[in-house]
Amino acid sequence: MATKVRTGSALAGTLAVFRREFAGYFATPVAAVFLVVFLLLCGVLTFNQAGFYERGQADLLPFFTWHPWLYLFLVPALAMRLWSEERRQGTIELLLTLPLATWQATLGKFLAAWCFAGLALALTLPYWITVSWLGSPDHGVIAASYLGSFLLAGGYLAIGAFVSALTKNQVIAFVLSVLACFLLVLAGYPTVLEFFGAWAPDALVEAVRSLSFLTHFEALSRGVVDARGIVFFLSAMACFLIAGTAAVELEKAR
Amino acid sequence: MAARIELDSLTKRFGAFTAVAGLSFQAEGGTVLGFLGPNGAGKSTTMKMVTGFLPSTSGRALVCGFDVASDPRSVRERLGYLPEGAPLYPDMTPKSLLEFAGAARGMGRAERVRAAGAAADRVQLGAVLHQRVETLSKGFKRRVGLALAILHDPEVLVLDEPTDGLDPNQKHEVRGLIGELAEDKVIVLSTHILEEVEAICTRVVLIAAGAKRFDGTPEQLAARSPWHGAVRLRVVEGNGADGFEKELGKLDGVRRVERRAVTGAAEYAVFPEAGATSRGPLAVDVERLVRARGMAPLELSVERGRLDDVFRELTASGARS
Repeated sequence: MATKVRTGSALAGTLAVFRREFAGYFATPVAAVFLVVFLLLCGVLTFNQAGFYERGQADLLPFFTWHPWLYLFLVPALAMRLWSEERRQGTIELLLTLPLATWQATLGKFLAAWCFAGLALALTLPYWITVSWLGSPDHGVIAASYLGSFLLAGGYLAIGAFVSALTKNQVIAFVLSVLACFLLVLAGYPTVLEFFGAWAPDALVEAVRSLSFLTHFEALSRGVVDARGIVFFLSAMACFLIAGTAAVELEKAR
Repeated sequence: MAARIELDSLTKRFGAFTAVAGLSFQAEGGTVLGFLGPNGAGKSTTMKMVTGFLPSTSGRALVCGFDVASDPRSVRERLGYLPEGAPLYPDMTPKSLLEFAGAARGMGRAERVRAAGAAADRVQLGAVLHQRVETLSKGFKRRVGLALAILHDPEVLVLDEPTDGLDPNQKHEVRGLIGELAEDKVIVLSTHILEEVEAICTRVVLIAAGAKRFDGTPEQLAARSPWHGAVRLRVVEGNGADGFEKELGKLDGVRRVERRAVTGAAEYAVFPEAGATSRGPLAVDVERLVRARGMAPLELSVERGRLDDVFRELTASGARS
């Protein structure tokens, strides 16, 4: 495309979309409902299911263990409206006839949702404070876990945004995103890997494992901050954002 | 670059279906172009291609000299668009919506606040500026949509059914606004309300099944009607009625006369021969005849032409351009 690159306005456009979207969460009860449900489930899962106190260890593993499963339902709920709602309301025509490139709209929307997920995550910081007060945890591991959790949410969101671009129907968007994310989590599950290991060559098993959100998240939540995990999540996001931009372009042309 | 819009063999196909088939026209600043056609004729599709929302299958659309396919950004900077039904984000206020559009258009904070205020004033949004869009009446929503379209003072305005669903007062207001804006802009507005064309348009492009069927002034469109220049007469027929119809038919330049009895009177329609340009003399002749026969005329008028008829004739399937 022969569009001139105007860095300043490219940023301004993305930022405008970002701000509108982010404020949009708080204009409706969506933000409140999401935050309350997220924090409530975090609490229930950490204290009742994972036995935060009973373990007698000063770490946040019981808290982070649940994140891939918690996000599996909550993040697609956050992402399902990103494009579906624009298309249902017809506002997509308003948005995409502004002097914005489609990728700017995609990126702005994604970043707003990701920041919102980040806000939800930030509200769990009292866990960190509690655990520091009760004992002396490894702060490095906890910081890495938070990073991993944030990246995981971003990965789910990029998938959800992509799926949302494919359909007008939010329910379909939700179900399909859950399914897609579930498959990517599952790819790292021991049972699945054993299933592949029984007959497939090691290279394939390793390939399946390396695609898994779970594998990379668990590495990070053990405190292993290597570039590969971060690059994996960032490139997964980039891929799905590019796919999402293409999906928006294709779908509006129909 | 002066305000200008140019369509060159613009075509859109959806699979095997051709929605717009090689449409060409151009318009300069100061034009209010009525884009007419029955539902499903391809009006909205054409507009979406001009705004760059839909890619064209072939052909070009240029706005102020910029090709929408290769430089959509330059086109959108110079173009204001009101999509069909004026879609808006329901959970925003008109003020926040206008400022968002300003920010997305690269305006600084002060500039977008000023532009939003000016656009809101222009469409008289004052009272509802801080009210959520979902609580607004249809008329106000349409005005918010218009304010969004004129926010950046664009050279070209594309309005998809700007008065659809409004009450007569609101229609009147919107038309007044369009008239004011028209001075130096190109305004393309789609409609299927024919009175609107006569009220505000300086130019008409009529399409059906994606192809152009007419391009000219509203007067030229009206002139296509068999009623164009016809004299309509309502008289109380006294004794003078015998042979009156025949005598009307013998007047100079008359093609045909129709008579219809109504309560207490009769209605005549005197059609001039095709190509008759001056509409005055026939009416004078008819009136002279009525007086000479001692009949009492209740009403005598000259028809400008009936756009409905022309519209139907031009858009009927099988009609040629």
